[in-house]
Amino acid sequence: MKIREINGPVVKVRDAQGVFMNEMVRVGNLGLIGEVIGINGDMATVQVYEETSMLRPGEPVKRTGKLLSVVLGPGLLNNIYDGIQRPLEELMRKTGSFISRGVDAFALDTTKYWEITILKQKGDVVSGGDVIAELQETQSLKHKIMVPPLLGKGKIIEIKPSGSYTVMETLAKVETENGIVEIKMYQEWPVRIPRPVKKRLEPSIPLITGQRVIDIFFPISKGGTAAIPGGFGTGKTITQHQLAKWADADVIVYIGCGERGNEMTEVLEEFPKLKDPRNNVPLMNRTVLIANTSNMPVSAREASIYTGITIAEYFRDMGYNVAVMADSTSRWAEALRELSGRLEEMPAEEGYPSYLASRIGQFYERAGISENLNGTTGSVTVIGAVSPPGGDFSEPVTQSTKRFVRCFWGLDKNLAYSRHYPSINWLTSYSEYTENLEEWFQKNIAEKWSNYRNEAMKLLAEDDRLQQIIKIVGEDVLPDDQKLTVIVSRIIKVGILQQNAFSDVDSFCPLEKQYNLLKIVIDTYYRAKKLVEKSIAISQILPSELVSKLLTMKEEISNLEDFEKVEAFLKEHFDKLDKTYA
Amino acid sequence: MALKEYIGVSEIRGPLIIMRNVKNVRYDEVVEIEQNNQKKIGKVILVNEDTAIIQVFEGTQGLALKEPKVRFLGKPLEINLSPDILGRVFDGLGRPIDDLGEIVSTKSMDINGSAINPAAREYPRNFIQTGVSAIDGMLTLIRGQKLPIFSGNGLPHNKLAVQVAKQAKLKSNEEFSVVFAAIGLKKDDANFVVKNFEESGAIKNMVVFLNLASDPVVERIATPRVALTAAEYLAFELGKHVLVILNDMTNYCEALRELSNYRGEIPGRKGFPGYLYSDLASIYERAGMIKGKDGSVTQIPVLTMPNDDITHPVPDLTGYITEGQIVLSRELNRKNIYPPIDVLPSLSRLMKDGIGKGYTRDDHPNVASQLFASYSHVIEIRSLAAIIGEEDLPDIDKLYLNFGRAFEEKFVNQAFDESRSLDQTLDIAWKLLSMLPETELTRVNKEYIEMYYKK
Repeated sequence: MKIREINGPVVKVRDAQGVFMNEMVRVGNLGLIGEVIGINGDMATVQVYEETSMLRPGEPVKRTGKLLSVVLGPGLLNNIYDGIQRPLEELMRKTGSFISRGVDAFALDTTKYWEITILKQKGDVVSGGDVIAELQETQSLKHKIMVPPLLGKGKIIEIKPSGSYTVMETLAKVETENGIVEIKMYQEWPVRIPRPVKKRLEPSIPLITGQRVIDIFFPISKGGTAAIPGGFGTGKTITQHQLAKWADADVIVYIGCGERGNEMTEVLEEFPKLKDPRNNVPLMNRTVLIANTSNMPVSAREASIYTGITIAEYFRDMGYNVAVMADSTSRWAEALRELSGRLEEMPAEEGYPSYLASRIGQFYERAGISENLNGTTGSVTVIGAVSPPGGDFSEPVTQSTKRFVRCFWGLDKNLAYSRHYPSINWLTSYSEYTENLEEWFQKNIAEKWSNYRNEAMKLLAEDDRLQQIIKIVGEDVLPDDQKLTVIVSRIIKVGILQQNAFSDVDSFCPLEKQYNLLKIVIDTYYRAKKLVEKSIAISQILPSELVSKLLTMKEEISNLEDFEKVEAFLKEHFDKLDKTYA
Repeated sequence: MALKEYIGVSEIRGPLIIMRNVKNVRYDEVVEIEQNNQKKIGKVILVNEDTAIIQVFEGTQGLALKEPKVRFLGKPLEINLSPDILGRVFDGLGRPIDDLGEIVSTKSMDINGSAINPAAREYPRNFIQTGVSAIDGMLTLIRGQKLPIFSGNGLPHNKLAVQVAKQAKLKSNEEFSVVFAAIGLKKDDANFVVKNFEESGAIKNMVVFLNLASDPVVERIATPRVALTAAEYLAFELGKHVLVILNDMTNYCEALRELSNYRGEIPGRKGFPGYLYSDLASIYERAGMIKGKDGSVTQIPVLTMPNDDITHPVPDLTGYITEGQIVLSRELNRKNIYPPIDVLPSLSRLMKDGIGKGYTRDDHPNVASQLFASYSHVIEIRSLAAIIGEEDLPDIDKLYLNFGRAFEEKFVNQAFDESRSLDQTLDIAWKLLSMLPETELTRVNKEYIEMYYKK
């Protein structure tokens, strides 16, 4: 096979008889990594995942006979990869600070010895997904060595004893209908094909994020999907980072897709230092990073989200809850658009290819909670950031995404300008999981969880209407009951919804604390409302010290007993008023 | 390697020439086109077994089909570098135009550079003092950051860029080397910049690349890349701290659009090509710091928003790539406030990790946050006052209006040659915050209130 034409990352190849779609090939004298994306007669179209500068027609192209795949095994956690799973730290050792071309490195550390416990014996019958061995990959996660999913049924005819091995070791040999299969510590899987499960389950458990606006108002379930759209500067990345830090998932796959290099560095520096609030282990121990920054080749950006989600599915198959953060899916969509343009395909809306919506759909459909082949339950939650041009949510990527996700956390420019973070707009956002999860919250946190939540939402909606009036005539002329709504809504907005990601106390807020904050504010509203009906001045009912106490609870209270003190203080205040005006 | 030379071209289309029956041409290689003793430079943008499409940087004006000699050089576009480039002036392709002769190069580098491995980056944390209160106090610039100025026609972005470049210093008082790239800039603006640096003597620490409005449009595609290659050389080979000013990126994008049009590509928003984001990223991402290297590249791109529209594709895509933005406001400019920085839509993303305890002054983050919150409240009250009149406002709102005026006149406003230290900036901020009642300062820690409020 020889190069015929070069147009940026798209290369046409002749004499390409026998290649198959999505086959990985090595292009040119440098052996750049590419993937076949079109075949016509003996001509193939290849997208190259590296810079094509200085290539020349006539240079050779070699087949690999493999689909674009990822390597799955111990050593994924704590690692950072580019969009086609090349380990970046290994690349740095090989070629220095700048990424050079044609370098290849195996995705896992092949020299490290892992302490392995074998769980099966010679003669055992196994099938796809079964766990044959396990090892402690990091402090926070037990890695399970599984039989590849498509193996079918077979009998173990040879198996190693427990001990220390590298990933290259063959642990067992299985005799199947199709012959003897070697089972290694790692397996390969093509990125564009979802890994199989036994059955999909209903989402019913929340992914707890410790972010109040999400957990209280727009919760997401384990195995759910969510989109975070927002113009630049609205805090998409910080929100994603917060979720990656605090969400109660066992594994986090963070895909930096066409975004800033410094942001990935920030994660790399910060995550090893931060501790998981649940087990006090550095967060990096449960994290896999995929970094294909905006200046790295655009075709590898297209591949990066598939690489990420395939890794996530692999951990799900072990029975873990995995959360995938994709920042940003718009950059991925733009990569599709750019490649589509180079292929001279007929464009649909705004130059995007007509298959944009179906690709987005296929991606989000890989999320879900499921019963795995080996009987365990695991989930993949997908949270995708969307960067609409000009912050305009009517553009194709946001609209297509909206069709396939069940949580929509819309970020708001005006909130961001007034430094209200997270700038999730409580009026345009929604979660379709609210009902599915209601039962869980009532059972595990508090019976009245939903009542308080709904009351708060009602107040915020009413407040929005009143704000329109205030804009025209000012707050002073409102009747007292409406003034009360405005004040309590302000407490909800500042005292509950606003959350400082850089505060030690408030960056992560446990559910019990969330509930207590909400309860105190809404209870205050109920009691104040009764007093307003008796025509008592607002300034007396809610004096400014009291309001400022409610506003700062989130920062000042860190253990639950202190809430009782606040409640007692409020009770005394209102009882006194009730008595005076009985 | 033997150079390949051909005579005559097959087709000329705008700035593109098409060569048929050529063999062994490399993608992206440099081409020299010579006619009547005039040399032009081009690069291959599409190649197949017998055809090459070449983009000519100086434009194709005057070229004939049969006459030009076309030479394929077998290498990408490179510039010659040596420590002697400091103090020199070059054209948009990196050729000296200051009558001081050629650069005796110690090294030549591909102007496209390579992507920095994300694992090799060092996270920027060092505060750069620009001496401009609005920037230092609320939009802090960090070494290795890319922080653009979003401006409009007729606003003093040029002046601000020069002021920042002249005053910028690190805590350790290390000096910056400045790389200034004029991209399609008016002659007067370019002269203003060069003159200012010459007068202050800063020119000896500076490299200037000039592509003026009258220079060939396609050359603009190369200018920022040439400038950044020089900057990377100074930073990562010679270990200097480099501040790069790219002025004006809107002209760059328009040149890219023009070229895309000639290439017959499918246009995206406002006719800009669909890959504008990736293309801009390949420029802006060339800022930062690298583990184990002393130098750094800090970028201040300047762009003018057509019709002051921040949702226009150029500022929009820029904002998605850069680490914040400094937005200039026509309204403040009309009020005679210089620099007319509108802090509310402005942002510095790296500020959070480079200020406060251990970096600047402990109260800095709180003060910045409080100024943002209070000033944004001022704007709300102003729109209310516009309807019901200032007289009918509650007293507290009147206090806010006074605060707002003082904020613009005393904090944002300063002279072109006035360089304020960070302490001065924060002290002014506290003076202004002291105009508001203590209960309004919800974003400041009690200890700082005790230390600075009404002091």
